[in-house]
Amino acid sequence: MTSQAPDNQRIVITGVGLTAPNGNTLAEYRDALLSGRSGVQQYDIRYIGETLAGVCDFDELKYQKRRNVRRGTRAGSIGIYCANEAIADSGIDWENTDRERVGVYVGVTEHGNVETENEIYEIKQYDYDTSVWTHHHNPRTVANNPAGEITLNMGITGPHYTVGAACAAGNAGLIQAAQQLLLGECDVAIGGGVSESIRTFGIFAGFASQGALASNEDPTKASRPFDRDRNGIVVSEGGCLFIVERYSDAAARGAKIYGELVGYAMNSDASDFVLPNPKQQARCMRMALERAQLNAGDIGIVSTHATATSSGDIQECTAVRDVFNGDSPTLINNTKSFIGHAMGAAGSLELAGNLPSFDDGVCHPTINVDNLDPECELAGLVLGEPRQTKGVDTILNNSFGMLGINSAVVIKRV
Amino acid sequence: MTKEEIREEVLDILADIAPDEDLSNLDDSQSFREQMELDSMDFLDIVMELRKRHRVQVPEDDYVNLASMNSTVEYLEPLMKDIQKV
Repeated sequence: MTSQAPDNQRIVITGVGLTAPNGNTLAEYRDALLSGRSGVQQYDIRYIGETLAGVCDFDELKYQKRRNVRRGTRAGSIGIYCANEAIADSGIDWENTDRERVGVYVGVTEHGNVETENEIYEIKQYDYDTSVWTHHHNPRTVANNPAGEITLNMGITGPHYTVGAACAAGNAGLIQAAQQLLLGECDVAIGGGVSESIRTFGIFAGFASQGALASNEDPTKASRPFDRDRNGIVVSEGGCLFIVERYSDAAARGAKIYGELVGYAMNSDASDFVLPNPKQQARCMRMALERAQLNAGDIGIVSTHATATSSGDIQECTAVRDVFNGDSPTLINNTKSFIGHAMGAAGSLELAGNLPSFDDGVCHPTINVDNLDPECELAGLVLGEPRQTKGVDTILNNSFGMLGINSAVVIKRV
Repeated sequence: MTKEEIREEVLDILADIAPDEDLSNLDDSQSFREQMELDSMDFLDIVMELRKRHRVQVPEDDYVNLASMNSTVEYLEPLMKDIQKV
């Protein structure tokens, strides 16, 4: 899978649809990343009370009727918004597209917690009478729900499913899309990730119990990967779905091409439920580079996964230092410092925010680093302000998750 | 509840279930399905809301009575006559 492969085995991104806590289009989101605009705000959720989160404000009714918003899930609505925006952005003649040849591959960190918590809360008001448990529960909580809602909304009759991959899910959805195109299972793939996780109190409570939930008087300063005073994760919602095609198809229709997926890798730590393993993270990045037939020094920007937990940030920095060893001109940034951790959407959102670098040559910064943790010092780390370069040709996007799941994708300018 | 109050209650439930529909011109003698986008899951919502709001149980064999506003009110009247309108 490299630019040297035959055109029908090259995979390119031709459309982007997203909603992030600081933007509902790629242009808005990119502007926020270049102007230092955070999307983190005060947030109130049942049982937890006041906390912080990244909240999206896209218009659910742009592509859905109220009836279907009510019937479906937030993850479904996020997916529907992103998929419709991505198709529109791609310029594909959607009316005349054979929908049986479209595949939908949506990465999720988890699904069903929000809906289950809501129902338990609801039946609690009825003394736990299960006869008032909603008949919508099962279609809302089946694991394919976010992808399935997209097919219902858009009349897509090709394959659909979600890819459960913890916080590596955004990359995993993109990788799955590419693989299914290479297998010939579809001609247009919609791939990426979504997250509705801020609607479940359990994720906040779980991180709090783990000592990994961020707090800060100023919400915009709460997500601070690499900073000595970081104190945990800001949970966010969001989504980013890419339109992915074979290069031969994209070129034939004269599509705008955001970049080519020239390499990817996924592997496992096999070492701990929660604590990342830098050796395996480094191995994952190296495998992606090998498949892309690139050296570390060829990479323009490394988009890090770092979530602002002390162990996670240091482990990733150890892995990045190992692979990029300080000699390469590679720049390094982090998007969670702006939007928090968008869970299943993190990987694809973080990649999307960097794609415009191919056009403007600017590397967006990592914000909120007032006192760099010496253990997170990396050559090339872009702090505070955007960095103008002579041009960016390649991006390596990291996305890691619990149970030791690692992913890296390499995108090249076409 | 009187027949008129039951009708208002059903309208209120329909407004929740079918928020995109204009219910102001609903023909009480015509079936709901002919006048708005409702499927079997929506009808289950009517049954569920009656159960949650008023503890009224509609057995599956009786769902057929919920076809139109007139038939629904007719069916519910004996079941809801002792319920006070809140």
